[in-house]
Parts: sequence; structure tokens; C-alpha cells
Amino acid sequence: MAYLDHAATTPVLPEAVDAVSAALGELGNPSSLHGSGRRARRRLEEAREQIAACVGARPSEVILTSGGTEADNLAVKGLYWARRAADPRRDRVIVSAVEHHAILDAAAWLEHHDGARVEVLPVDGAGRVDPDSLRSALARDPDSVAVASVMWANNEVGTVQPVAELAAIARDHGVPFHSDAVQAVSTQPVNFAASGADALSLTGHKIGGPVGTGALLLRRDLACEPLLHGGGQERDVRSGTLDVPGAVGFATAVAVAVDRRAELRNRLMTLRRALVGGVRDQIPDVIENGHPAERLPGLAHLTFPGCEGDSLLMLLDARGIECSTGSACSAGVAQASHVLLAMQASPELARGSLRFSLGHTSTQQDVDAVLEVIGPVVARARRAGLASVAG
Amino acid sequence: MRVLAAMSGGVDSAVAAARAVDAGHEVTGVHLALSLAPQTLRTGARGCCTREDAHDARRAADVLGIPFYIWDLAERFRADVIDDFVAEYAAGHTPNPCLRCNEKIKFAAVLDRALALGFDAVVTGHHARVQDGRLYRSVDAAKDQSYVLAVLRPDQLAHAVFPLGDSTKAQVRAEAAARALAVADKPDSHDICFIADGDTRAFLQRRLGSQQGPIVDADTGDVLGSHQGSWGFTVGQRRGLDLRRAAASGERRYVLAVEPASNTVVVGPRERLAVDEIRAAGPVWTSSRPGTGFGCSVQMRAHGMVSPATVTVEDGAVVARLHHPQHGVAAGQALVMYDGDEVLGSATITAAGRIAADA
Ligand SMILES: Cc1ncc(COP(=O)(O)O)c(C=O)c1O
Repeated sequence: MAYLDHAATTPVLPEAVDAVSAALGELGNPSSLHGSGRRARRRLEEAREQIAACVGARPSEVILTSGGTEADNLAVKGLYWARRAADPRRDRVIVSAVEHHAILDAAAWLEHHDGARVEVLPVDGAGRVDPDSLRSALARDPDSVAVASVMWANNEVGTVQPVAELAAIARDHGVPFHSDAVQAVSTQPVNFAASGADALSLTGHKIGGPVGTGALLLRRDLACEPLLHGGGQERDVRSGTLDVPGAVGFATAVAVAVDRRAELRNRLMTLRRALVGGVRDQIPDVIENGHPAERLPGLAHLTFPGCEGDSLLMLLDARGIECSTGSACSAGVAQASHVLLAMQASPELARGSLRFSLGHTSTQQDVDAVLEVIGPVVARARRAGLASVAG
Repeated sequence: MRVLAAMSGGVDSAVAAARAVDAGHEVTGVHLALSLAPQTLRTGARGCCTREDAHDARRAADVLGIPFYIWDLAERFRADVIDDFVAEYAAGHTPNPCLRCNEKIKFAAVLDRALALGFDAVVTGHHARVQDGRLYRSVDAAKDQSYVLAVLRPDQLAHAVFPLGDSTKAQVRAEAAARALAVADKPDSHDICFIADGDTRAFLQRRLGSQQGPIVDADTGDVLGSHQGSWGFTVGQRRGLDLRRAAASGERRYVLAVEPASNTVVVGPRERLAVDEIRAAGPVWTSSRPGTGFGCSVQMRAHGMVSPATVTVEDGAVVARLHHPQHGVAAGQALVMYDGDEVLGSATITAAGRIAADA
């Protein structure tokens, strides 16, 4: 079996497994005042400090969440609600066209249920947002914007956005800027303070931590309405008894990921070059999507003209190669990717795409396994693609 | 063999897939997403391809330990089945969409793609048998689905596997329970899958609009009432006729004919429904062509309406002379010919009448 779907989730690091299982053996609710509570609180706050130190944040800026989806929802909805409450003119939400559905659907929900006006920033053929498009959207009427959100790195095609530049533009206009950094942490220099962003989403399971853990990094001075009401944990922004083992596992994973980032980056670039080059040798008309330079080093999003992504996926799965089409599913039905469509790909090409994503456990053998079967698999998928057109 | 099991999320297709696994085949499950806007939950026996059905199919595949995928055939289904269904009603016919789905989707689009992907056959949970390339009725007469499979050509049947044909529905359910498949007691689906609320007339009205037209007495030519579109009627139908004038004899009235060109529905007494000569076009023979004249039994509805008959085949048309007259034979339905339990073939009914009346 060759696992090339690290962008979906990546194996949990042994260090994180050990940290979580040790913490699961400990008693205590960090909100309790007694000794067990104090000990739990200490482990929790140490984890928070570790996370903060690794990503250039202050501990008080780390709001622990159940992962990326919650962090994204909290950023978009929470900042929208708080900013509009402070000034009812602020009803615009600006997002890029290639955001994860956790952002896009949260914004759409605000539009349909809460009077927001959502503006979608276009991307170029490589999936990059032009900073000028943000600048002109803001300049039109900065006082009416509640929040702007552009992801750090795209989960489908791997394109990395000019986050620092976008954050600076938002700052110039006095608008809070959020970025979904879920896919970026393991290979990009994610530093909250240096980025200039006001909020960043992180998740554990894309970096070798446990699923169901993550954080929203949020500037202290930025008001944010909670999604979850209750015991008032996490600055009153995110209630719920704190998950100490989860936090400890997440912190361990962040620390290991940041420590090994440079080495992983180099290794993934080499493997990716071998993968894409090897595929191109066999399938000369393969199309590489995303930005040629500003991209995640371990992600290769490829279009195979004349094929259906579903067919490729199934044929590869039958041969022990695990990858994805990269796009979201609706009732399990693959939809043409909104990311590729935003990049002006035709729907047919968008449907014939696969995402191979490499990660910390990837090896040359994984690449070789793909190269061994890709030629016949693509040939077969092309025949099936023709059958479904003609049939 | 490498086989593709079409899994609807119901009990039949789950057990069919399980039996294919037991038979030693390398089985891959697929759920066909046929609805352009799937509903989240199924309501009773209605509808199909809800997210819940997809989930049930996936769960069954997981229990069987086979790979599972969803194939999106919604566009093909709309073009080949739903639009055809509407067009047939608009033309005054009574289509059978399940038959069309087998003909155009399951054993055409799906089979073609499966063969291209390297599979040898498609497995479904239909209640019918295939032996030596010949198609037979299920042993469970009440659940037999050979009628809606009778449109398959030999090259399609050669790649069709129906593992349930030797079992009754009760046996299938018991087996599902024994295999711990959660769908063991899921209700059967009965209605037309793409009409989720079961209201065919309202569905057709949305697609075809309404236009008032007369309901005419077959004998006198008197206008007895009005309707909102001839497409809403099927030959043999009795209910849903809004007749302001009762017949002189006080007899019940039945739809005898639907005439879309003049938007007229013709009604009359039940005995006028009786026909014994059926014309049908576009014959398909499931194995070999049986000759130009032969005796067999014919079936003209998915359930019931069976009669011994003498069939002649000429110029691509079939004429069946029924030994027992039948009531309510509708154009658009299939005339399926059987030799005992074996399906010989089928053709689409174009006209029905009385031999005596023809003379
Ligand atoms: C860019 C991006 N944002 C958000 C998410 C959601 O994160 P989580 O799975 O932790 O809810 C994902 C992962 O699927 C992602 O790739």
C-alpha cells in the first residue's frame, strides 16, 4: 500500500501518540480549583505555550478548537458578528474563491441567514489571489467590511498565497484579516506575528497530531463572538471542558513539525520532482495544476485529459495506491472542484484530476509504486472515459 | 471474475453483492447517484438515491469488506430516463422507467464503463435468473423482475449476474439479517424513484404544464367532463376522472384512449377496454430470435396481465394475438414474450385492438 493522501490526513507522529496516551492516564479538569485541576491546567498551559512559541504567537492568542473547520467558522462568523455589532455598516465578508468549504460555506451561511454581503476574490490560472483585488475591494468602502479571509496554502492544488502582503493591505484599511493555515504549518514558515494576520486557523491532524485538535490564533485586542456558549473557557470565545490530551498531542506535533520543517520541505521537493517527472515521462500530456513556485512542496495536483478522476482513483485504489481527487464530495458524488473552476479550468479537465500529496512518512518507494502503475491506469481510465461519453 | 456490484442501499443489492463475494468473485461496489438534487433522508418506500441510501450502500460494502464508490450518472439518467418518461407521457403513452433504466443506465452506461475499467460483469439485486445466457423469471413470482430486464440484448445479458433469482424475497431478507446487514428490514421501494413524493401527476404537471381538454364518451362523442392535460391519464385508468355527466347506463367509465394531439381523453365502459391484438415495435431478443411465428405467453404490465398468445414478427414489428382478451393495455408499456419461465424478448406496445373489430 502506498499512501499519497497526506493532505487529507497524515499519520500521527509516534511522539504525539506517546504524549496523548500519557496525558489520557492523568486525571483533572483544568478549570477545577483542586490539585488534580491545577496539574491538568499546568499540562494544558504548557501545551498552549509550546504551540504559541512554535508559531510566533503569544499563549493568550491561542484558542484551542476541535480543528480547522471550527477555527475557520469561528473566525468568519465570530469576527463578522463582533464587528457588525460594533458598527452595523460592517456587513461585507471578503473571501477568496479557492477557500476550503469551512470558510466558503460559513460565509454563505452568513449571507443567507444573517444579512452579510459576501465578496469573492478571484484567482489567476495558478490559483493565486492578486493583492490588488483585495486592495480595491477594501478601498471601495473599508468601513463596510467586517472581515477578510484568504488561506495560506490551498488544500487541493497547493498554491501558497501572498499572506503577508494581503494582511498588510487589510491592516492599512483597518480590516481584520484571517488566514486558514491548516495545510501550511508542516512546510511553510508560519509565524503569526510576522505574518501580520489577525487570526490564523490550525489543525492537528494535518501535521501528525490527533484529529479533533486545532486552534484559532486570535489577536488579544480583536473581539470575536463565540460559536459555543457555556463555561467560558478560552477567553469566553470557545466554551467546553478543555481537552488536555488533545492539546498535549497537538502541541507535540506542532513542535516536531516545526523542528523538522526544513528537512521535510527538502525531502518532499525531491520526491515530488521524481513523482511528477516520472508521470510526465509516461503521460506526456499530463497537466500540472497550481503555481510553479509558490506551492506546497509535497502536493502534486495533476490533470489527465480524457480521464474521469473517479475512474483513476478506483483503478489506483485497486492497485494499492491511495490518493484523492482533491475536491469535496456532495453525498459522495465528486463535484467539479470549485478551486479548479476558479482557476478557469474547463469542467471536463477539472473532473479528470488527481491530487497526490506526500508527507512526513513518504518515501521513494511510494513514488515508485505510483510510477509502476500510472501508465496502464491512465490508459484504462481513458478507455472508460470514452465509453461513458459514447455509450 | 472481477465484478461490479450496483448497490442501491436496499436489501436486495446488498445480498446480491454478498453472494458474489461468497462465489469467489473480486467484487467492487458502486452506488449510482441518479438524482440531480438528492434528498437527505428517505421517506418510507419512496424515492431512491438519497444520501441515506448512499450511506446504507456504503455501510453494506464495508461490512462485506469490498471497495465502494459512488458513480454520478445523474445527467445520463435525466436524459435517458426522466426526459424519456416525460416525453412518453406527453405522447399519450405509459412508459416503464425501470425498464428504461436497465436498458440505458445499468446495462449500458454502467456496464460499458465497467467493462472499459476491466470488470467482467455487473451484479445487481434483480429478482431474475440467467442461465447459459438465457433470462428466466425469478422463483419468487411475486417479486419477479424479468419484465423490466426483457429489454437486454444477449451481449448485455452475457455480462449480467443476478445472484437472487433462485431465492424468494423472504429468504433474501433472512439472509441479510443472518449476515448482519443493517438493511435487512429496510422497506422495499415501490414507486418511481425520481418522484420522491409519489405524485406522478403533479410531477408531470410541473414538467408539462396544464391545459384544459375534453373527456369524451367513446360511443356518443358527448363531452362528459374536462381534464387538465391528457398526459395525466393512462389507458385502463378509472380513478381521477372528473365526469360531470354520468353515463346513461350508470356504468363506471374507464380511460379507453389518450389523444395528445387534440388533448382529448376518451372514456367508455370496461368491456370496451378488452383487447386481443397487440402491436409492438422495436423487438429485442434476449437470446436467439425465435422465428417469425410462434406460440408463447405474453405479459403487458410489470405485474400481472399475462396471456397465452400467438406472435408473428414481421418488418421489425411484433403482433401478438391474445388467447384471452386483456383490459387496459397501454401503449408505451413493454410486451414481453415468455416460453414458460424463459424470457424470449420484448417490444414496445404501439397499439391494441380487437381482432373482431378490425375485420
Ligand atoms: C485548508 C483546510 N481548511 C480546513 C480544513 C478542515 O480542517 P479539520 O479537518 O481539522 O476540520 C482542511 C482539511 O480538510 C483544510 O485542508
